[in-house]
Amino acid sequence: MTDERRRTGTAGDKLLRAAAAAAAALVLFLMAALFVGLGWHSALSLSKFGVGFLWSSEWNPVAGRYGALSSIYGTLVTTAVAMLVAIPASVLLAFFLAEIAPPAIAKPVGYAVELFAAVPSIIFGMWGLFVLAPIMSEHVQPFLGEAASFLPFFSGPPMGIGMLTAGLILSLMILPYMTSVIRDMFEMTPRSLKEAAYGMGATRWEVTRKVVLRHGAKAVAGAFFLGLGRAMGETMAVTFVVGNSHRISASLFEPANTIASTLANEFAEASDPLYLSALAELGLVLLVMTFGINLLARRMLDRFGAGSGGAR
Amino acid sequence: MRPRSRAARKAADAAASALAFLAAAAGTAVLFWIMAEVFARGASVLGPAFFTRLPAPPGVGGGGLANAVLGTVIITLLATLMAVPPGVLAGVYLAEFAGNGRFASAVRFGVNMLMGVPSIIMGLFVWGTVVIATGGFSAWAGAVSLALIMLPVVARTAEDMLRLVPDSLRESVLAMGAPYWRAMLVIFLAARNGLVTGVLLAVARVGGETAPLLFTALNSPYWPTDLTKPTANLPVTIYNYAMSPYRDWQAMAWGASLVITAGVLALSLVSRFALKTGTERKAKR
Repeated sequence: MTDERRRTGTAGDKLLRAAAAAAAALVLFLMAALFVGLGWHSALSLSKFGVGFLWSSEWNPVAGRYGALSSIYGTLVTTAVAMLVAIPASVLLAFFLAEIAPPAIAKPVGYAVELFAAVPSIIFGMWGLFVLAPIMSEHVQPFLGEAASFLPFFSGPPMGIGMLTAGLILSLMILPYMTSVIRDMFEMTPRSLKEAAYGMGATRWEVTRKVVLRHGAKAVAGAFFLGLGRAMGETMAVTFVVGNSHRISASLFEPANTIASTLANEFAEASDPLYLSALAELGLVLLVMTFGINLLARRMLDRFGAGSGGAR
Repeated sequence: MRPRSRAARKAADAAASALAFLAAAAGTAVLFWIMAEVFARGASVLGPAFFTRLPAPPGVGGGGLANAVLGTVIITLLATLMAVPPGVLAGVYLAEFAGNGRFASAVRFGVNMLMGVPSIIMGLFVWGTVVIATGGFSAWAGAVSLALIMLPVVARTAEDMLRLVPDSLRESVLAMGAPYWRAMLVIFLAARNGLVTGVLLAVARVGGETAPLLFTALNSPYWPTDLTKPTANLPVTIYNYAMSPYRDWQAMAWGASLVITAGVLALSLVSRFALKTGTERKAKR
């Protein structure tokens, strides 16, 4: 685009440019409006509970006292479970697709992974509640309870629903996003680096670990953060299986709540202004958390131009 | 670094490869498992009645979710109409006018950040603005919430696709004395496959969105006759029916899940196909 072209300046061109600029400005306006809008509706709760909202574990609609701690705790624990599974799984899956599998296998498996990303959250919820939860309660949880009964995470009644099941489903949902970014890293590592390592007799896994993952360490971390941000905000799949309880317990078998599941579950029954305001503030907390995580993810990914974050 | 024996290194490589194979096999298997469950449990309730009749009360049997199917189509169409023009225009701005200035990088940053906003937050925001301002839940509010989710996806793909159009094409149109907006029409035509892909992907992404609709369109047992009233839709129906204690409603939820899944996967496959033929044609040129 040269300057002369801009100077042609017919009315049509000016109109197009103005409309395009307005649409671009709309994006920024929306991002700001999200914070302002949620902040506005949180005002009542903010003035009543102050910052203490963040670490009060009381959630009592009857008494009109609200605290975010139980929801924040549930969000962090389910997300942690999801990351524990998804981090090694996504690295291994990307390793498989980029280095191990012949194209005839890597292509269909790659498609399957991408299709996975298209499955709506609520379908994972249906599957989690009606298929996975019974299996968890009859087989997985009793087994874990016996094999690792000395750990506080695996105690309590095997109900099938709860933080463990929610975390596992979350890990499935974020896996495709993380895998596709890490897989890009394999392709963006300079061939000469990889070939130099292979030339010295390194094995495929050594090249992956010491060349690809090290060269792209930042982008890989960015992929993890991208998955983390998604897991935190995931709603329906979690709401179906997390159990919806505001108790804070160490055991992963126990029902809990995430910020998103509290919102989905209780919004319909929230009638008084303070209840609605407390829910809006929970939403604001989630927005700030995911915004911060995504900010970190972008910082790490932008240098590599990797990871379009879902718009593949 | 401590030197390791050749055997140990080979063993580590074999173990990692085996685990990677296992991860791929497990991942693919779980996908097929989910699909199989959705098809097996959903297919039995899908018949002509599902697409033509209103919901039946629990225990009565029969009935369908025609109102929810129609409502989902309406809300998604409205959302697409709302999101595509500003989304594509924002993409035009980023690809054609902005260069790499400060405002442009701010907008690109905004697009990325909007893409990361949880869908339930979009719903809460639209409740706090549109629903409260208009005095009630409505199909319009539902469409706005879905449009907000689509907007950054459309903008992002539009920018990428417009950038793929070679500058020589722009220059040749302009060299013929055409104004820039006229050149844009040619550029749109050249990038049409990519643009369509972006829109289809965005539609696929919101087709099954439930959380934002809980705060905006809500649900309804009636036909969607008034877009300013709560409107039936498949995702919220799945949620309500699945959480109900009635077996026949749960069965209907599986039927609705099958419809949504098939629709979303079909859209993803079609969009992939559109993109593929687009790039192949480009490569052949």
